[in-house]
This record gives sequence, structure tokens and C-alpha cells, in this order.
Amino acid sequence: MASGQKISERGMAVGLRALNRVASSPALDRLGLRDQAAWALHGAGRNGTRAATAAGRRFAAVQRLSRPARQRTDAEPGRSDLFDLTATEEQQLLRNSVGELALARIRPAAAAADDATATPSELLTEVDELGLTMVGVPEELGGVVADRSATTAVLIAEAIAHGDMGIGVACLAPAAVCTAIALWGDADQQARYLPPFVSDDVPVAALALMEPQPLFDPLTPMTRAVKSPDGGYMLNGAKALVPRAANAELFVVGARLGDRGPALFVVESGADGLSVAPEPGMGVRAAATGRLELDDVRLPASALLNGLAGGSSSAGAAYRDCVALARLGWCALAIGTGQAVLDYVTEYVSERRAFGEPISNRQAVAFAVANIAIELEGMRLATYRAAARVDRGLEFHREVALARWLCAEHGMAIGSEGVQLLGGHGYVKEHPVERWYRDLRAAGMLEGGVLV
Amino acid sequence: MINLETPRKFETLVSQAHQVAVSVFRPNSRKYDTAEHEHPKELDMLAALLDGMTESGGMGGAGVGTVGGGADANGAGDGTGAGSGNRNGSNMASLLGLIELCWGDVGLMLSMPRQGLGQAAIAALATPDQLERFGGKWAAMAITEPEAGSDSAAIRTTAAIDPAHPDEYVLNGSKIFVTSGERAELVVVWATLDRAQGRAAIKSFVVERTNPGFKLERLEHKLGIRASDTANFVLQDCRVPKENLLGSSEIESRKGFAGAMQTFDNTRPMVAGMAIGVARACLEATREHLGTAGVEIDYDRPPASQTAAAAEFISMEAEWEAARLLTLQAAWMADNRKPNSLQASMAKAKAGRVGTEIALRCVALCGAAGFGEGELLEKWARDAKILDLFEGTQQIQLLIIARQLLDRTSAELK
Repeated sequence: MASGQKISERGMAVGLRALNRVASSPALDRLGLRDQAAWALHGAGRNGTRAATAAGRRFAAVQRLSRPARQRTDAEPGRSDLFDLTATEEQQLLRNSVGELALARIRPAAAAADDATATPSELLTEVDELGLTMVGVPEELGGVVADRSATTAVLIAEAIAHGDMGIGVACLAPAAVCTAIALWGDADQQARYLPPFVSDDVPVAALALMEPQPLFDPLTPMTRAVKSPDGGYMLNGAKALVPRAANAELFVVGARLGDRGPALFVVESGADGLSVAPEPGMGVRAAATGRLELDDVRLPASALLNGLAGGSSSAGAAYRDCVALARLGWCALAIGTGQAVLDYVTEYVSERRAFGEPISNRQAVAFAVANIAIELEGMRLATYRAAARVDRGLEFHREVALARWLCAEHGMAIGSEGVQLLGGHGYVKEHPVERWYRDLRAAGMLEGGVLV
Repeated sequence: MINLETPRKFETLVSQAHQVAVSVFRPNSRKYDTAEHEHPKELDMLAALLDGMTESGGMGGAGVGTVGGGADANGAGDGTGAGSGNRNGSNMASLLGLIELCWGDVGLMLSMPRQGLGQAAIAALATPDQLERFGGKWAAMAITEPEAGSDSAAIRTTAAIDPAHPDEYVLNGSKIFVTSGERAELVVVWATLDRAQGRAAIKSFVVERTNPGFKLERLEHKLGIRASDTANFVLQDCRVPKENLLGSSEIESRKGFAGAMQTFDNTRPMVAGMAIGVARACLEATREHLGTAGVEIDYDRPPASQTAAAAEFISMEAEWEAARLLTLQAAWMADNRKPNSLQASMAKAKAGRVGTEIALRCVALCGAAGFGEGELLEKWARDAKILDLFEGTQQIQLLIIARQLLDRTSAELK
């Protein structure tokens, strides 16, 4: 595939070397095996029965570090503090590579993936080849980027969602888990779980924060973790709209830990008491969302993320940061899809004629397009600001909340205007705007799933 | 490297402008809102003080007057990002200063001696000789006429060479809505050399306020920004030296008018900044009132899980943030010599409407304290509305944005 080749070459140019190994046959063999498991589960799901989670791999530490590895943040003294909207060269390369793949491969696959509530495995492999998970892994553990950069992750998510949000979520779901473990895992957790994410065979994984109840507040999850006498934990509850839930081999799950508040737990898919059922939604259907049920799931003490670093407050702080960084990921996705809407309607209203002239000659139409552009740019800048603050080690929760609100409200409005501007044509599947309408509703309300 | 924080180098400027807002503007806000048309004498002393600060390097460019050309004292490259060439210069400095001053009082900011949009036009179009003569003076801008508002190409004020005195133009017509028209030393007047030739024939002329042919007709009574005088003029055989025409006297295609319109690329972000300043004042006061009323705002919880007041506050803050960042973007682009006409209009459109909306919603959230004259919220809500009108209304901004995005001419998208 010509464009894929080009992208790999560019990927190498920015140092995402290890990735071309995927093409080697052992990897394909393993993928083939996983596909069979996936197919079986998909079939079970369609029959309406609850299925076990994916059989999963054995995660075992190969090399253990004496202390957890962390990527540097961008908080070095002496770095320019000027206002700047220029992405670094590395970011531009990554954005362009992903953007190219998004338009050449993801957009054409979007309608069928939406219909099938699944992203084709060849496409997932192709995106895995870009090594998006490697961006979030410290160099000591095989990652390729020394600096932790939420901004880079935002630019990648934006570019991928310009192709399609549902496929984007499917592609980015493993990176969310990998980034969470890189940020908050201790040395053992990192050694155990991170190496596969920089291998040829990236595990399917999902960050499960969302829950089924109305007015869900991720800070007070209903999923409960109880400390067991043996020092481990027992989890009970349900997680909603988890991307690629049926195929995931690894989850990071949010649960309330007694009086200590919410915390994150690493849960391997083979755990007893874990089950999954398909839960397709109005949008992001290509992400194959599922309901994850936890019924007396027993976990070892080592499953608690950030449990050792500084006691309860530390696990709580990690959880709060996780919620915020996941929201920022959804903001980035909303911007990418919002841009797709703007591009599409701009062309459409210029070509569509009514009353003897292009409809873009009418203020009612033209102003709607102008307003999409204004609000989209506001969403983008607010999202970039929050991400850049994360990278500089500044407080970012307020900025994420503001970006989240903008992307929820204006993202939804942009989805709606996208359909409106095409009139009846916007309502039928001949045009992608009806899908974007559905996807953009997800962006302002889902929790977890992606993480930057 | 993407970074949307404002740099440390402007901290002094911002804090000085804030001090002015706190100690001069706020204490006089109500006084000159009530005593419309009275000269705010406190500002004369302030102006002298600011001139001193400017000379000593502080307060560099905190105001509209310095925007848009000339030497760029703050524009030195970043120096640390090897070859990046990123600049945070006079446009951003002016913007940040204005936001602080308008947090204090928009009307009083507009009344600051030697500030004024006329200087932006002079800076953009003047020859070195004209800069020498007019630079640093208080210059107002006269574009609007009774029959030509947003449609500035339709102005009827004429300028013609007097055959008997070929070194003079004679101007005739009437101008309305001239901000600081009474107090300024100079007024930049738009007039046409030949109505038949449309936009291309429109030129700017610098008119001395003392010119006998330039008659103040009346001062407007307004909804807000009452501290700022808004003057209407009649030009009756108003003679100005030929050298007072800014830019070229040739009537050439549409270049001249486009040049005049380009002034707006620099001034629109400044007006957006004014809206951001006044809206921030509203948000801060409202947050205090809500705090007293026991409303807590939590940025981690979904707005829908909080009180309606908290959710509304977060939504206003978010809209304000979008407007603020759009405005910083437009100023940053101007500093880096990137064409920013689209972004300038986006900033103006967003900040104009958001400023008014926030101010009005804050009045409602604060109840009697918001509506009554005991506090300033009701005044800010009246002041804010002008910022969605002057320097191009909301609708004009949308037209400009849409024409650029959709590649429409003004004949196609009317």
C-alpha cells in the first residue's frame, strides 16, 4: 500500500523505528490467532449472550527497573515561555503522517466500520504500525519519545479523528492504557505491562471509566473496590461504552476504593468474574463499545495504580488527572471531526445551487459556516492550551474543564449544523455528516476510553 | 513549541496597567457614567504619568494608539528557540494592556489622551514626514456617516482640490459616532475623491480638531461607555493641506481602500481585547457574589452534576476563554507578520458577542446586586454592547469570515 509505505518512512524519520517489525511473519501469525478469538467473541455477542472477556495474553515482567520510569515533562528552565502556536517539527511530521493515513485509509473505511460496529483488523494493524502507543512510553522501556507530551497526543488524536472518530477511538484505546501505566504505574507494573505496547504486537486494551447511570460523575463511581484480607482487592460494578471491550486483553478500570475515593486498577482480561456484552451507541460505533461487568473480580494488591507512591491521596490524584486527560483526548477528537464537518460543508454549500445561485451566496448559509469556523477554532485553542499546560507541569484541570465544555456544546452544534446545511441530504447515509452528528455527541459526554 | 500562556516579559506591563485600572479607572467609573460628557480630568494626570513610563520603557504600548506599525520595541525575537523566530511583540503587548485597562473601565480607557484608532490609521498609512507631524498626537477616527455605517464604501463626504488653492483639499459632508471626537487633537476623516469611482477613491485625511470648517454638531447620549465622548461633525468647506492625505492620492483599482481596511486587521483584535477585559470584570465580580451565596465551582465534576449557577459560570468562563485565545492568536499572528484578517474577524465576532452575553448573564446571576447601580455590573453590561458594534458589527465580521472561507466576493455574498 503506497501511502502506508510513505507514512512508515516518515515515521522512521522522526524516530518511530521499531515499528516496521510488524510486517514480520511471527507477528502476523499472532494477529491471526487473535482475530480468531475476536471473531468467536463477536459471534457470541451477536447472539445476545454475555461472553467472557478476551482470553488474553500472559503479562510478565521481562526487565524490572529499580524505580518507575517517567518521561520528562516540558518544564525545563530556560525554555522559551513565549506565546506560540507553532507545533514542533516532530509534531508536524507526526500530525502529517497520521493525517495522511486518516484521509487515505480511515475516512474511506468509516461508513462500513460504523455499520459493522467494528474497525477492520487490517486497518488497526496499519495504525499500530505507526507506533502511536510508543509515544507515551518512557525510553527506558522501549519508547521513542523522551518528553512526555500531551500536546503531541492531542495533535495525533485530532488528525486521526479528521478521518473518523469511531475508528480513531478504536486505534487510540490501547494508547490510553499504555499512557496511564506509563504515568502512574510503579516499576513492577511498568515492567509487566509496558513492553508489549512497544512490541510488534500491541495488545488491545481499554481505559474503562464510564458507567451506565444517568448524571454519571466519574469522581463518584458506583463500581466498588474492597480490600480483601489477603491484601488484594475485590471489584464489583459495571463499566459502560468501553472501546473494543470484547477484544481487550487489558483494562484500566476506575472504582471507588472504600473511603479512600476513586482509584485506578489494572485488570487483565483473563480475570474471573469479568464479562462483556456489546453496547453499541448512537456514535463512535467503529470503536466496538461494550459493557464491562465486574462480578467479584479478585485482583492482587499490585493492581492498584499509583497505590505505593504516596498512599491514598496519590491514587486519588492520579484518578483525577486521568479523568481530565481522558476528557482532553475527547476534545482533540471533537476538533478533528469538527474540522471534517467544516471542510465538507464548505465544499457542499459552494457547489449546491438553489434559486439560480450557489447557496453559499445566502447569509443564512454563509453565516452558519462562519460560526462553525469560529467555534471550532475556539475549541482548538482551548484544547491546545490545556495540553500545553500539562506539558509544562502547570495546573490544568480548570483549562480542561473549559475545553471540555466548549467541545461538548459547540461540538454538538457543529454536528447538527453539518446536517442542517445539507438539508434532507444531510439526513441520509449518502453523506458522512449524519455520522459526524452522532459521533460529535459522544465527544462532550463520554469519560475514559482515550487519554492524552 | 505550542504554548498559550502569556510570557513573563509582559508581566510588568500587565501589572502596571492593572494598577491604573484599580486605582484610577474603577474609582471614577460611576462618576463619569453619571456625568456624561464631563471631561475626566483624572486621566490627564494619568496620561502624563504614562508618557513618563513609556519613555522609561515601562507600559510599552499599552493601548490602541501604538498598534499596527512603526518600530516594534517589544518585538525582539525570542532568542532562546534557535531560529524559531517566534515573536511576541507590540500587538500582544497592546492587547494585554488593553485587557487590563478595560477590566477597569472601557469608557475611561477610550478617553485616555493620545489613545485612539486614528493613530492606528496614521501608523499604517503615514509617510515618514507625516509620522513626524502626527505621530504621538491624540487622533480620533471619523468613518461613519448618517447614511453609511457598516457600508463604509458608500460614504458621501467629498474631498476635492480647490482650483484656486491647488495645495489644499476641501472637504464637505457629515460624520457621526466619532469616538473622542471632542477631545482629540486630530481626526482622521474618510472622504471620497470621486463618488463615481467607488471604493478606490476613498482616502483618509488628517484634520486638525481646531479647523474652522470642522464643526462639532453635538455629542451623543449613549447606552454605555458614557465617559467616552462620541461626537458628530459637519465638514463645511473644511480646508486641509494636501500633505494631510494619508497614503497615495492616486485613485488606483481597489488598493487604497484595501489598505485602509487592513488597519482593521490590527485594531479588531484590540476591540476584542476590550470585550475580554470587561467580561473578565463581570466574571470576577460574579464569582465573588456566588461564593458568598455558597455556590461552589468544581472543574473536575461534570457541570450537570453541579448547581445550575455553577454550571452557568463554567459555561461563561469557557466562552470567555475561547474568545480570549482567539484574540491572542490574532495579535500573535500580527506580531509574526502572518496575514490575520480571518483570525482578527473571528476574534472580534466571538469576543463581541461573548462579552455582551457574559455581562448580561452575570447581571441576572447577581440579582439586585447585578441590576442596581450600587455596583458596576449593570454598567459593564451596558458598556459591553458597544464592543459588538464598533470597529465592525457582529454581522460584518461574519460576512468577512464567510467571504474568506467560501471564497465569495462582496457582490456574491451581500
